[in-house]
Amino acid sequence: MEITIERLAKRYGDRPALDPISARIGQGEFVAVVGPSGCGKSTLLMLLAGLLPAGEGRVLLDEVPVDGPPAGVSVVFQDYARSLFPWLTVRRNLALAAVAERPARAELEHRIDRALRSVGLPDTAARFPWQLSGGQQQRVAIARALVAEPRVLLMDEPFAAVDAQTRADLQDLVLRLREEYGVTIVLVTHDVDESVYLADRVLVLSPAPGRVLRDLVVDLPAPRGQLVTKALPRFAELRAEVFRLVMRPVDGAAP
Amino acid sequence: MAERGRGGPASTVEPGTAERAGRLRRALRPLASLWLLAALLLVWELAARADPSPFLPPFSVVAARFGEDWFAPAPGTLLLSERFLDAVPVSLSRLARGWALAAVLGIAIGVLLGRSRAARALASPVIRFWMSVPGVAVLPIALQFFGVSDAVSVFLIAFGSVWIIATHTADGVAGVDPGWLRTARSLRLPRGALLLRVVLPAAAPSILAGLRVSLGFGLVLMIVAELYATTAGLGHDIALYQQTFRYPEMWSAFLLVALLGIALNGAVDLVERRVLRWRRRG
Repeated sequence: MEITIERLAKRYGDRPALDPISARIGQGEFVAVVGPSGCGKSTLLMLLAGLLPAGEGRVLLDEVPVDGPPAGVSVVFQDYARSLFPWLTVRRNLALAAVAERPARAELEHRIDRALRSVGLPDTAARFPWQLSGGQQQRVAIARALVAEPRVLLMDEPFAAVDAQTRADLQDLVLRLREEYGVTIVLVTHDVDESVYLADRVLVLSPAPGRVLRDLVVDLPAPRGQLVTKALPRFAELRAEVFRLVMRPVDGAAP
Repeated sequence: MAERGRGGPASTVEPGTAERAGRLRRALRPLASLWLLAALLLVWELAARADPSPFLPPFSVVAARFGEDWFAPAPGTLLLSERFLDAVPVSLSRLARGWALAAVLGIAIGVLLGRSRAARALASPVIRFWMSVPGVAVLPIALQFFGVSDAVSVFLIAFGSVWIIATHTADGVAGVDPGWLRTARSLRLPRGALLLRVVLPAAAPSILAGLRVSLGFGLVLMIVAELYATTAGLGHDIALYQQTFRYPEMWSAFLLVALLGIALNGAVDLVERRVLRWRRRG
């Protein structure tokens, strides 16, 4: 699914959160959005997800304007505890993702089992989310996103609430899922390393109100790996460039 | 929960002395908290014996009466007496009908109010008015409408409970974590699934609190309605024994009402623990 962002802007009351942004994200592309905190990158993602009404401009998914959460788009939120439903088992949490399209029972069971296998948690269907570790819960949240068989996966700082080891695991999991499901991914993160390591393109936003400072192509070879990719000189160059862009506007203005 | 090491054929390891002492202490803990109750009953017993009055028989007399009145086995009724079977099912059925009606209406009203700020603002003076009216005050009006019938009890119980359930539900529904609602929206849940799978479970702690409080009110109103407006039931029995000077039987009926209240509370406890398992996470 192709995402077209046309002069998209958003204000919260008097405060502009997002200056008009335009961009195109191709089918199967992995785009990371980075920027200083409060720059509107999460707002951008919520607009893409149809969870916030646009102020100006619009978002098109394969030429169809977004107004409300569209079919074929799944969202993974940062805070898994407020995203998974603790009163439902893992299986029932996952099943909710398909309620809207009502697949046959066997089909649903198959999708749930496949999604849980894909995230490496095949034996957790009968457990409750709070019986799992934080990293496992975020895996369940990702599995739920997969059950809807999305063509676009939107991720809002999905690895911010877990420890470093788990984060690396989850990053590689997302790379694998992208291969397995052929899905278009937009990832919002404040982690510069993460954006360069994962994405094909990095959109760097300015401080609020956010606009696109740079649309950077990440020309690192696939497949990527924590050790190999991060040891490449090109990784260091790209990382330094994104870092400079993110930090630049606050140089000398730090409190 | 009192799982004893002794007597269980499956236990192969003999527990150590310290462990056994710990178990004993744990088994006795509920009893330890009952000493005040026991002391009060003893005071009742002694006071009634020191200064005999037909109005206040000693506890031992009431307790004996209690066993005879309610649990003397009649043929084919398990351990329950005929008197028990004449009064308790009638009373409990009124309570169940009234309270169930209040629960259904109260949760429905509460969900409507909880989902809409405008509805809340509009309805809150009305609800506050009815909540401030003691349910008992409505009894004469209900008698006027329904005459001496079951309907009076059911109506009174329902009316006295519904507002508490409605306000608790509205609070719970209005307070559902926006993160969960946002997730539900992104999953494109249809209305029914949103309500049953997300909103009601998330509001369940508050709804159950409302149900618990209202059950206490319901029990009170059940007795009150039966004192005046029926020809059978526990409240009716208490009034009858009082008016016919059968004081030990009056006290014994009173005791049964108290134990019913405790049992009902225990039942709500069980349901609560089961439904709200997820809150004890971590």
